[in-house]
Amino acid sequence: MKPFSKHSGLLVPLDRVNVDTDQMVPKQFLKALTRAGFGKNLFYDWRYLPGEIPNPEFVLNLPRYRGASILLARHNFGCGSSREHAVWAVMDYGFRVVIAPSFGDIFYNNCFKNGVLPIRLPESEIDEMFRAAKEAGSYRLTVDLESQSITDSQGRSIGFEIDPSRREVLLQGLDDIGVTLRHEERITQFENRAHPSAPLYDPASVDVRITSGQ
Amino acid sequence: MTPRTLFEKIWESHLVHEEAGQPSLLYIDRHLIHEGTSPQAFAGLKEAGRKVRRPDLTFAVMDHSVPTVHRELPILDADAMGQFEALARNCRETGVRLFDMNSRNQGIVHVIGPELGITQPGQTIVCGDSHTSTHGAFGALAFGIGTSEVEHVLATQCLVQFKSQTMLIRMNGRRPRGITAKDLVLYIIGRLGIAAGTGYVFEYAGEAIRGLSMEGRMTLCNMSIEGGARAGMVAPDDTTVSYLEGRPFVPRGKDFQVAADHWKSLASDTGARYDRELDLDATQVVPQVTWGTNPGMVTGVTNRVPDPGSFTENGDRKAVESALEYMGLIPGTPIVDIPLDRVFIGSCTNSRLEDLRMAARLVAGKHISAHLKQALVVPGSRVVKAQAEAEGLDRIFTDAGFEWRDAGCSMCIGMNDDRLPSGERCASTSNRNFEGRQGKGGRTHLVSPIMAAAAALAGHFVDVREMNVDGE
Ligand code: SF4
Repeated sequence: MKPFSKHSGLLVPLDRVNVDTDQMVPKQFLKALTRAGFGKNLFYDWRYLPGEIPNPEFVLNLPRYRGASILLARHNFGCGSSREHAVWAVMDYGFRVVIAPSFGDIFYNNCFKNGVLPIRLPESEIDEMFRAAKEAGSYRLTVDLESQSITDSQGRSIGFEIDPSRREVLLQGLDDIGVTLRHEERITQFENRAHPSAPLYDPASVDVRITSGQ
Repeated sequence: MTPRTLFEKIWESHLVHEEAGQPSLLYIDRHLIHEGTSPQAFAGLKEAGRKVRRPDLTFAVMDHSVPTVHRELPILDADAMGQFEALARNCRETGVRLFDMNSRNQGIVHVIGPELGITQPGQTIVCGDSHTSTHGAFGALAFGIGTSEVEHVLATQCLVQFKSQTMLIRMNGRRPRGITAKDLVLYIIGRLGIAAGTGYVFEYAGEAIRGLSMEGRMTLCNMSIEGGARAGMVAPDDTTVSYLEGRPFVPRGKDFQVAADHWKSLASDTGARYDRELDLDATQVVPQVTWGTNPGMVTGVTNRVPDPGSFTENGDRKAVESALEYMGLIPGTPIVDIPLDRVFIGSCTNSRLEDLRMAARLVAGKHISAHLKQALVVPGSRVVKAQAEAEGLDRIFTDAGFEWRDAGCSMCIGMNDDRLPSGERCASTSNRNFEGRQGKGGRTHLVSPIMAAAAALAGHFVDVREMNVDGE
């Protein structure tokens, strides 16, 4: 995974609460077999008019936000479906940072698997950013994960909180499967221990009557 | 010993590794996969030269994109076919058991897991699907994960997890007649909001919950994610044990007794502490109908479409305005005056035998409204379908004008041909009324199976309590 340490870019404000992942990547794009190319599907139903003509009113299509790489959103961003396609689309579109008062749990988690930094800020700070983004012709931020700070084009600087272990994952671009596999011996020990919580009945000995009608 | 919650008992017994300041490494007992969110995980695994660690604990099924009619015919949707082939190939290559679309046990992943007894109390269960919370009905810790985490579990049979907080939701009093588990959970989400559960695991308790069948508890836990919680759970009891006895993957004989005793010991201890507790009165719940574009936008059938002006928060008011515009609803309209185009009875929320039985009882000998374009019944699994047919439910539905389909996700998500056309309005027993969820531009109202059945007969919503129902 691509490490994340510092990022500067243009911010685009998406002024909607409870944006769900069905909105971010609609169902018809969930049949892909790879992680690539989802950027063009991001916010599909809002972004395009019939015939895939860009909707001139949707914020991502406004010329002043072209090339934006930081997404500012409202509370409970990324709620709903677990589809990681939503993060792949955010990433592929070119976003490296998403800032919101709160996130859906699974979306938040998925961000860290893909090198996208989700930042939670208090509602008042978010309001302030929306205001600044609307007033300034081009509102740019520099996000520094190392020092956990955001500096805007007007020189204003604020800090943000993030779990230290999550921060490490992004800073180092860790392959967390690799990290877990360092504990392989412990996993094997755990498996060999008769652990009471899950009686493992050998499924192979059970007849589930599969009929292969092919 | 300090009293512990059900969640804490499961969490602690699955810790493989813990380190101060780090998330924990949690062992996963059962991993369910489907065609929608697994291909990239298998591809990643292959690319890194890794193996599936425990194919014996991994179960795959085709559900999201499968056709619900004429499954014997060739599938024309090349993308869907690509998913099916990828899943079949991945399972074949790695030794994972697959219930393909021609299996007698095929069905929606959250219906077949419990039905086959793959799901058991005290387990950790994950699936690349947010409604994995369903399995918590058995007193398991079950939650949805992203595709990268699917890959992680395939490779390691573990997940790196931060411990959630716990919220106890007690539904006091008895569930009134005509009120189902669906109404209870929609009511809870309406009261709490759709983000209140973020960071929490819900435990549902109280008289009204104890009185629910396993099917009802699954409906309840299924929608925990709609309240923001990744997992919801109900403590195992006699209802749980008798549901599981004799199911294919459940231990038998003496082993079953040992397992059953263990399961019952998992219930939260008296005096166990939760991070948040909430008491609600089940006797006050009326049949619920959503009017907006998320499950928290819900009200009683006796109410009216709300006025955006009555929402004090600016963001909420705007959200309500845009929801009503999308839904094509005028504030102040009585819910019972909303006309419908289609009715969908199905999804991992409400497609089990009990759901179909209660809907069938209501429509028996009657006919759906002439104003409806379509009324669909899609059993959650082929086992449910076969049982329902053995009881003659299929005939009751088709005689009443419903279409009786093969098992799958169907119009809950519209990844196959079962889609809600733009501008049309549907009473649906599924779990998400997000914009475009059932089909681009489609307008979804979430209700219980009996509310959907009653609405199908009338062509608009009706208060099911005015009809002759027993509310089971
Ligand atoms: S029935 Fe709907 S909610 Fe359930 S797993 Fe299928 S698509 Fe998801």
